[in-house]
Amino acid sequence: MFPPFLNLRLRVKAMIRRRQLDRDLEEELSFHLSLREASYRASGAAPDEARAAAQRNFGNRTAFQEACRDMWTFVSIENLLQDLRYALRQLAASPGFASIAILTIALGIGATTAIYSVVDATLLHPLPYPQPEQLVRIQEDFPGVGAYDVRLSVPEWKDFQSSGIFQYVSPERSGSVNLTGSSQPARIQFKSVAPNYFTLLAVKPELGRVFHPDDPTPGFNLEAVISDGLWKREFGADPHILGRSLRLDNDVYFVVGVLPPDFHDQGRTTEIRNTEIWAACGFSSVLLPPRTRSSRVLRTAIARLKPGLTLETAQSRMDALVASLQKQFPADYPPESAWSAHLVPLGETVVGKVRQPLLLMMGAVALVLLIGCVNVANLLLARATARGREMAVRQALGAPRVQLIRQLLTESLLLSMLGGIAGLAILFSTSKLLLQIIPTTLPRLNDISISWTVLLFAFGISVLAAAFFGLAPALQATRIDPIHVLRQEGRGSKGSRSQTWTLSALVVTEFALSLVLLIAAGLLLRSFWDLYSVRLGFDPGNVMAMSVWLPSPNDPATDIYGSPDQEARLIREILRRGRSLPGVTEIAAGTQEAIPLNHDKNPVAFVLEESSTRSDLPHQAQWANVTPDYFHLLGMPLLQGRLFTEFDVEKAPRVAVVNEAFARTWWPDQNPLGKRLRLSQPGRADSSWATVVGVVTDARTETLEDTRTPQIYLSSWQRTDKDLALFLRGRLDPAKLPEQVRDMVQSLDHELPVFGAKSLPDVVSGSLAQRRFSLEMVLLFALTALLLAGIGVYGTISYIVSERTREIGIRIALGAQRKTILHMVLGRGLALALFGTAVGLAGAWIVSHLMAALLYGVSPSDPLTFISLTVVLIMVALAACYIPAHRAMRVDPSVALREG
Amino acid sequence: MGKEKVGDLLQGTLDMLVLKVLTSGPKHGYAIAELIHQRSDEVLRVEEGALYPALHRLELQGWLASEWGTSENNRRAKFYRLTTAGRSYMVKERDHWSRLAAAVARVMETA
Repeated sequence: MFPPFLNLRLRVKAMIRRRQLDRDLEEELSFHLSLREASYRASGAAPDEARAAAQRNFGNRTAFQEACRDMWTFVSIENLLQDLRYALRQLAASPGFASIAILTIALGIGATTAIYSVVDATLLHPLPYPQPEQLVRIQEDFPGVGAYDVRLSVPEWKDFQSSGIFQYVSPERSGSVNLTGSSQPARIQFKSVAPNYFTLLAVKPELGRVFHPDDPTPGFNLEAVISDGLWKREFGADPHILGRSLRLDNDVYFVVGVLPPDFHDQGRTTEIRNTEIWAACGFSSVLLPPRTRSSRVLRTAIARLKPGLTLETAQSRMDALVASLQKQFPADYPPESAWSAHLVPLGETVVGKVRQPLLLMMGAVALVLLIGCVNVANLLLARATARGREMAVRQALGAPRVQLIRQLLTESLLLSMLGGIAGLAILFSTSKLLLQIIPTTLPRLNDISISWTVLLFAFGISVLAAAFFGLAPALQATRIDPIHVLRQEGRGSKGSRSQTWTLSALVVTEFALSLVLLIAAGLLLRSFWDLYSVRLGFDPGNVMAMSVWLPSPNDPATDIYGSPDQEARLIREILRRGRSLPGVTEIAAGTQEAIPLNHDKNPVAFVLEESSTRSDLPHQAQWANVTPDYFHLLGMPLLQGRLFTEFDVEKAPRVAVVNEAFARTWWPDQNPLGKRLRLSQPGRADSSWATVVGVVTDARTETLEDTRTPQIYLSSWQRTDKDLALFLRGRLDPAKLPEQVRDMVQSLDHELPVFGAKSLPDVVSGSLAQRRFSLEMVLLFALTALLLAGIGVYGTISYIVSERTREIGIRIALGAQRKTILHMVLGRGLALALFGTAVGLAGAWIVSHLMAALLYGVSPSDPLTFISLTVVLIMVALAACYIPAHRAMRVDPSVALREG
Repeated sequence: MGKEKVGDLLQGTLDMLVLKVLTSGPKHGYAIAELIHQRSDEVLRVEEGALYPALHRLELQGWLASEWGTSENNRRAKFYRLTTAGRSYMVKERDHWSRLAAAVARVMETA
């Protein structure tokens, strides 16, 4: 073999000027021959003799000439181009086949690429920061007492920071602040972080600077970094924004930097990822809670590992650090609590819950593509039969089998590439629409795009698909005996046994894959339906919720709603005025956590009086403050004791209401009434012991999936939590109400932002958005698969019938009942369907157990789903077989025999 | 390239002969064939056509350069010329061949 890249320049030139090359070769060789001929003649030979002798002496001229030419040209490329030209002509000759095949592949590749683009942005690149593999979240657990993902304390943060494991460690606390000073007070998503936060993430500002990573300010340093979005929205992209003051919750901050537009923060929820203002805090100010080890005030912390440190090494060094701290501070970390600190790759925090649904969708769409490929393979096989004669002629003329296979594979590749291009075209033209149906809770939604990696992926699967659907037909089509084929007059080859067998195997595969998809979709549908029709335990109908957040300035002296009574006065007035708004029949208030299904689980630690030996170890539960009317408004019945009253105020003894799950978990077989608990919020005057006065029924206020989340309710009149939620029930006008409520609240205090109006029925269905999305996708894919499988079996049975027309004609002529013929053909289809179903059931069983975590209220091997969908599939198979079977039954023996 | 067969040896030899012949100046294919034929006292007889794949290969390898010119009888002909790289390659090959030939000769005499 000649080295392929030798003297590339000369060869490229030669390839471009092919005609010239051929002419030159021709001339060079005939020059030689003519000289030799002349020399023979000079020595006295006759002209004919001289010429013959010269040629004899020269050898096989054509062979030498070709050898020279092959040296100059890229044989493989020339062949490929030739194959491609031929393939194009072949496809153009049968536009019907070509368009169906290309469309099938286009849909498959388009859909697969679409899902892949989501997977690429979310699962594969969850963190849009440099060296994302170094980023971790530090998660502390006390598995000994069943407390996981607890908060961190300030001394622990300092320990981690100086441990030598990390470049930077930054605690982060998310929330929102009232931004005042612009036209309308706004509630802005806010994060307080350590000054090293942006250095840790390695983010460069678009304007100004980020915080100095070593800023020693103990409290807030009064510098703010803002997002590009906020800068453009609230400040009209003012180029002189740097140094401007912002009033956040009555505190004055100065803008020092604006982040680039493509920056997205990291975090567990969409809200956190859309943070718009960051302030740096030393977390050590005197105004903040005391800095003891057991005072766990830092919600979470992220860190960047020292370069070169693997996660495993870092974790083992972390374990050693934890062990030594446990020894040093036995009072804070009693051995029975089994304190541990895990380093979790930061990407997992972001991806979290969407990984499984996305993988499921990716799997589903891959199956659809596979089924599409099987269908195209079917088409190609049927075509191969029609082209049997062509193949036979070419083989008889000396084309090697490899060359024929190469030719057929080139055709497949061309089909697949055209399909891929069409698929991408569909994707590009519908991408806006597609992005709209993706639930907004998906992380990195804004970064989903058709990037180079996505294009590369599309190209890759096109090639794979071509290999998949092209190889079997190509092998099949070229495995022929030319003499046998050519001897038959007129028609192409008789479908050989092995050909029918291959076709049948493909149909069986199709059925199996379709059943897997159908059952997956069926189980998801049942889960969704169960969740949708689940007994909520509260009544969201006709209820709207709105948020009003009171400022919480860093200096408590400036807080005009600093005491429970001060805050209660405001809330009572809001409720009193709200009651007279049009349509409102009931109104109540609470904290944000009181809005059902509206937030991520954010458990709070609490302490029980009776188990005070463990008082420093957090028990955890959900917690909300509510006003007395809240329970009635949401229709949550009282089981035991009493609800809050207007007399449970600051001066009165503190009271709590818990749900059944809480009572059952912490006081099994005991009367919960009269027990005392307090939230673990050291340094807060309003979190002293509260006596349980009532128990309400469990409601699915946290997640639809789970009823049994322990829940603590405290009286709004006895607490000063700033994140208010208003609840209104009645015949409300969702278009007008938000404005009316805002005007009403701002007539009391014009600096309060009123925002986030939502109707609870929307919130309930919104909490199903992600499930609905994966359900809809998988359902869509399953139906596509069913359709493709139906077409597949129809095509195959039609083919078998047309191959056997002659035989059927003979049978009928010999007196076979037409019904028998019908049954014979239907039986054939049924056999394929049954076999495919059997394989599919096994596959579906495996898949359904893999996706068990996505199911709700239905077993992964739910017999009803399995049986009913199997029946559906078989019905579709029979329906698809009926048309060719009917045609077979109607075969006219005289015509069939004459034509055959 | 793997194993060396007899054909490879002959091919290598033909290459060397062609290069050697061209040291005395540019020539066209026919002249090269004639020279090899004469100088070997008509011992080396190859199919003359086989010369051309060899010439083209040597050209692609960069040992030879070619250009079209006019022959003695006023016809258009392709002339081959030794390149610098070709010259040093030829010297190397020649030495190699001499050593090999001497070694073979010694073995044949002593045995």
